[in-house]
Amino acid sequence: MTVTSVSAPPMGESRLLADHPGGPVPQVDLRSLVDLLTRAGLTGRGGAGFPTARKLAALDGRRPVIVGNAMEGEPLSHKDAVLLQRSPGLVLDGLDILRHALRPSRTVLALGARVPTPPDRRGIEVRRLADSFVAGQETALVNQLNGHDPVPTDPSTPVFRRGVDGRPTLVLNAETLAQLALVVRHGATWFRSQGLEDDPGTFLISLTESVPGLLDHPGVLEARRGVPLREVLRRGGADPGRVQAVLLGGYHGAWIPGHALDTSLSRPGLAPYGATPGAGIVHLLDQGACPLDVAARVTAYLAGQSARQCGPCLNGLPHMAQTMRRLARPGADPRLLPELERLQVLVTGRGACKHPDGTVRFVASTLRVFDRHVQEHLRGHCDKDHPRRAAR
Amino acid sequence: MSATLTTALWDLGRGSGVAALVAFTVSLVLGIVSRSGREALGLGRFGINEVHRTAALTGVGLVAVHLGSLLFDPYAQLRVVDLAFPFLGSYRPLWLGLGTLAVDLLAVITVVSLLRDKVGPRVFKAVHWATYALWPVALAHSLGTGTDAWTLWMDTIAAACVASVITAVTWRTSPSFASRGWTRAPRQVAR
Amino acid sequence: MTTRLHVDWTRCDGHGSCVELLPELLVHDEWGFPLSRTGEPDAVVPRQLDDLARRAVSACPLQALRLRS
Repeated sequence: MTVTSVSAPPMGESRLLADHPGGPVPQVDLRSLVDLLTRAGLTGRGGAGFPTARKLAALDGRRPVIVGNAMEGEPLSHKDAVLLQRSPGLVLDGLDILRHALRPSRTVLALGARVPTPPDRRGIEVRRLADSFVAGQETALVNQLNGHDPVPTDPSTPVFRRGVDGRPTLVLNAETLAQLALVVRHGATWFRSQGLEDDPGTFLISLTESVPGLLDHPGVLEARRGVPLREVLRRGGADPGRVQAVLLGGYHGAWIPGHALDTSLSRPGLAPYGATPGAGIVHLLDQGACPLDVAARVTAYLAGQSARQCGPCLNGLPHMAQTMRRLARPGADPRLLPELERLQVLVTGRGACKHPDGTVRFVASTLRVFDRHVQEHLRGHCDKDHPRRAAR
Repeated sequence: MSATLTTALWDLGRGSGVAALVAFTVSLVLGIVSRSGREALGLGRFGINEVHRTAALTGVGLVAVHLGSLLFDPYAQLRVVDLAFPFLGSYRPLWLGLGTLAVDLLAVITVVSLLRDKVGPRVFKAVHWATYALWPVALAHSLGTGTDAWTLWMDTIAAACVASVITAVTWRTSPSFASRGWTRAPRQVAR
Repeated sequence: MTTRLHVDWTRCDGHGSCVELLPELLVHDEWGFPLSRTGEPDAVVPRQLDDLARRAVSACPLQALRLRS
């Protein structure tokens, strides 16, 4: 990576994965930083999409703790690993800027198993933590840093009020930190030069496939917010004709049917499908796969990833997974559908985190988008492949 | 002090002691069988919990009467130091000492229970386990110290207390107890 | 100023005292856990049930309940 003098701002969509701008990072006080981020309209890139400026403003008056979240517990996501591999300097820049603005008692970069350690840590506490699907959740991450198990805690005490070491804690995704660093260097107007009015900037996309060969270039790419899904597929070298549907947002996400590839990857564009850009996961489902079979495996995986703390999740998710498995066998009982409906209501909102809610979103989307295929199964046929391999 | 008053205090002391033992036995038994949130004796979950707490607090009150009356009864030879520091008493020091030990345990358990909001569920639960030590110590004390030990009525009461606790524990540890009336997977209390 | 009954799901183990005290607000789900009748996760506590709600919070053996405004 060449370190030149401070260069001109990147013009195209390649911002995060380009060469490091070089030079020290500008120092900004908290008020100016919040103002800048508000004008830029930067939202979190970790999945929830919360406005970053507001997260900063929410911190209590006391000395906070800053945590960079590079846990990447979602199996379909690779962007944070690639970001830390390609542009660790940007992530650390983001933490440096926050260190100056917030004067925290601690600054931590939390890495999951698949994320590489940055070569130069600049005095930041880098911690490799226990990895699991829920371990990257904000309160679970804080809980682990406090020396407890990597499981979520009751949300009625938000981490921005009491988190690591009992202090107000700011948790930001690694990509958000990198974006923040670029906004401070190049300004709000520059940030908004890509993307949409109400969803500006760029984001990293993890582009993956259900079978090898669907994509010429699987992996991580960067695109402007609002990019049409079709363009993402083209850049990945996929033949749209071979794509049955696209899973947006990982295992807690929703499906975009194969005929709707002109959907734009932005909040408003994806809302009709019950999806959000989330953490930029775009997973292609090939024409040959039985979507119900795939969904049953995913639901089983999600049930297995429950933290096993909260009764409705711990009991409801395996029940849902079992019901999905039965639905995935052709000749399924039609009463399985109202049963799934009932279970969805039972687990939604009844837990310390959104794991059951995300699972419900995925299941509901599956039943909606693949409605016709569900009917086929109920009538006793399935024209897709059901690979007889061990459940994931 | 007149002989009548001395006798009265001594009777009150013994009576309140025995009553406290019964109250704690009731509390312990209800605590054991309600552990699962199961209904019993037509009381419902909330009812059992309430009686459990009330019986315990009643026991605390009775222990206060027990200590008060014996402190003022010259025959008992109870000094203030004996209320807190065990095995220093002059009257049956071993058995009296067990009583002191029981009072010490009771004080900690009661204070933590009343302050459970402040100490949180884990500390509360850990201290609450000490009730399994409190009860046998109190029982041994009452059998060893009390002059009524080995009388018929005292034996009957003691036997009933022991029998009820043994029954409760047996039921609690039996395999059928595991099914609470609901079918569900056990939580992993992670933290 | 609405008061809501919040369940700390990391503590709740389905003991059920709360459901007994507040049958207007809660029912048992099939695993014994409290389910809000209104469908929203933290049930709104109407003024007349305020006292009972406080008792339920105190009665929970695992301190899994809290009243929030």
